Amino acid sequence: MSEQAPLITMQLMGKNYRVPAGLTLMAAIEYAGYKLVRGAGCRGGFCGSCPTLYRREGNHRIFTALACQTLVEDGMCLVQMPFVPLITRPYDLYTITPQANTLLQHFPEIAGCVACNTCTRSCPQGLPVMDYIQASLRGDIERAALLSFDCISCGICSSRCPADIKHYAVGLLARRLYGKYITRNAPDLAERVAAIETGDFSAELDALMTLSAAELRSRYEQRTFEVAAEQEDPYSATRSYNSAMDPVDYQDELEVSG
Amino acid sequence: MTTSIRIGNGRNELLQKVEALSGQHLANCYQCGTCAAGCPFHQAMDLLPDALIQHVRLGLPGILERQTFWICAGCDTCSDRCPRGLDIARIMEALRQICLREGGDHPALTQLERADLGALPPIALVASMRRNSG
Amino acid sequence: MSIAYYPGCTIKVSAPEHELAALAVMRALGLDLHEMREWNCCGVVHSLATDNLIRHMAPVRVFARLQQQGEREVVTLCDMCFNTLARANQVARRQPEQMDAIKATSGDELNYDGSAEVLHLLQILRDRVGMAAIKARVRQPLHNLRVYPYYGCKLLRPTEVGLDDPEAPTVLGDLMAALGATVVEGNLQTRCCGAYHVVNRENLVAERVAATTAQARANGANVIVLSCPLCHFNLATRQSTPGNALPVLYYTQLMGLAFGLPPATLGLPDATALFEEALPTAQHAQAVPMCTKGER
Repeated sequence: MSEQAPLITMQLMGKNYRVPAGLTLMAAIEYAGYKLVRGAGCRGGFCGSCPTLYRREGNHRIFTALACQTLVEDGMCLVQMPFVPLITRPYDLYTITPQANTLLQHFPEIAGCVACNTCTRSCPQGLPVMDYIQASLRGDIERAALLSFDCISCGICSSRCPADIKHYAVGLLARRLYGKYITRNAPDLAERVAAIETGDFSAELDALMTLSAAELRSRYEQRTFEVAAEQEDPYSATRSYNSAMDPVDYQDELEVSG
Repeated sequence: MTTSIRIGNGRNELLQKVEALSGQHLANCYQCGTCAAGCPFHQAMDLLPDALIQHVRLGLPGILERQTFWICAGCDTCSDRCPRGLDIARIMEALRQICLREGGDHPALTQLERADLGALPPIALVASMRRNSG
Repeated sequence: MSIAYYPGCTIKVSAPEHELAALAVMRALGLDLHEMREWNCCGVVHSLATDNLIRHMAPVRVFARLQQQGEREVVTLCDMCFNTLARANQVARRQPEQMDAIKATSGDELNYDGSAEVLHLLQILRDRVGMAAIKARVRQPLHNLRVYPYYGCKLLRPTEVGLDDPEAPTVLGDLMAALGATVVEGNLQTRCCGAYHVVNRENLVAERVAATTAQARANGANVIVLSCPLCHFNLATRQSTPGNALPVLYYTQLMGLAFGLPPATLGLPDATALFEEALPTAQHAQAVPMCTKGER
């Protein structure tokens, strides 16, 4: 490092450390000398392993973050919370069906939601968590699935909930039910799977298997998306995902790679 | 059985808590029994509402072990009819809250099987949860 | 004319027939109900403890969202939603300091001043549409129906939010009379059905349901009509006379029948014998309906 970054002070579980500005929380924790055995995973904001609680100077609130996605601030006081206890009674997706009361039946604690919105305010993904719990309570499985689509199961919502709701497990069941029972099967997909099974693409697949990692990466980076049809695709699992009611815009991700 | 009552000396802590949580002044009750007479569940209660109020006022033992305030569904018939303007449903809620805050959730909450849960409407579960958890 | 509509969870989960019928009937009367774009459970029961502020957040949030959506007035079908919202509104108006506390707790995102209004659909029907207009819309008077209107609690009590005389309500009876039905009265019409005790004190509910249905039957009723989805659940599923249960219908469903709307649009499933004698069979050849929860 030719130019030394200025040092800032942060508290890690109550103990002061001087760390360079510009580090992520995770890097700062490691800079401070800790070896992360839990609380680190993909380091890319997707795996949900590094939920972190922190306070800032001059603000009474508790803030939440993914340690790999958030930069240190001077005066910050933080702790990692790599896991939130979760016990769910097992269910068999092949025997349960998406009824209006299915989610309530498996997670009766959602009836205790007081709509305080603490979960939404704590979600590092910016999801409308309370709204998907409320959709679950009224049996709107599709909406619960779509609103929770980007959940990475970090569990912060559940750690903050006054009603002890297991939000991310509720969302997961909603998405499973949605995927299995509610989205329409696309005929194109079934045709293509059948073609693969009868060996129509064996040569192409065999060729792929021989590629090096670098070649595979290059192929992946050059992949293209099919241009969406003029009319709405009736088989799209995320067909209402970009509607005005939803806060997360998925389209930008498609445009970047397309 | 003999129960000794001390009136007017010593603090009646339960009475103070009930009054603070319910916002009701229990001395206003003149024991007419209108609440008990109109209560749709009086037969299931182990102490009628007017008697419960009296027990709280006198600081008698065992009040929090009674079932009366768990059986009250908050239908507001008594509150609406009380000639002294006492909101008795709030007194019942205060007693529930005192139990819940000191002892945790009412055991009724955890006893449901998944099959029962599937049949019940949210309105019943939400209401039950609000009345049986702190 | 269009009014914002707050369904509540149970209408969506357990009483879709009430919503179907209400929307159809209101359309027939020239009124459109549009569902709030985003809403949350009201909490079902009003928080009765002086300090339990967090339990007012749900109904307050419904009002705040209503205002964010540019509305001032909202109508609901569910008696418990109506009661909880109306009582929360009273808190907002009488104790603005409680709203300040809620606002602060919410990180300033939940802000409500008490200026919105909640109405029960029965108030719209009685006070805006009027019984005369309803009567004028009737195509098939329910002459042979003997209806026991069951009010329960939350339409009426406490008096300060109730929509009718808590001791001698008339709104459901007047409505049924306007449809041409015979109204059967009884002193248990306003007695609690046992409400949420169906969850784990079922015997209390069973006892109330037995008494109420016995009275309705003894006084000659052949159908119970009501408004509250929790009363409906209890009365429809907890009668102890399987095979011979008194049918329990929402007032909206009977309005729809009297208006001549197809039973399918009123959430009324296939025919049973009950109304074949009750409705003029000539006009209702392939009728008609009985809806008990247990069968669905």
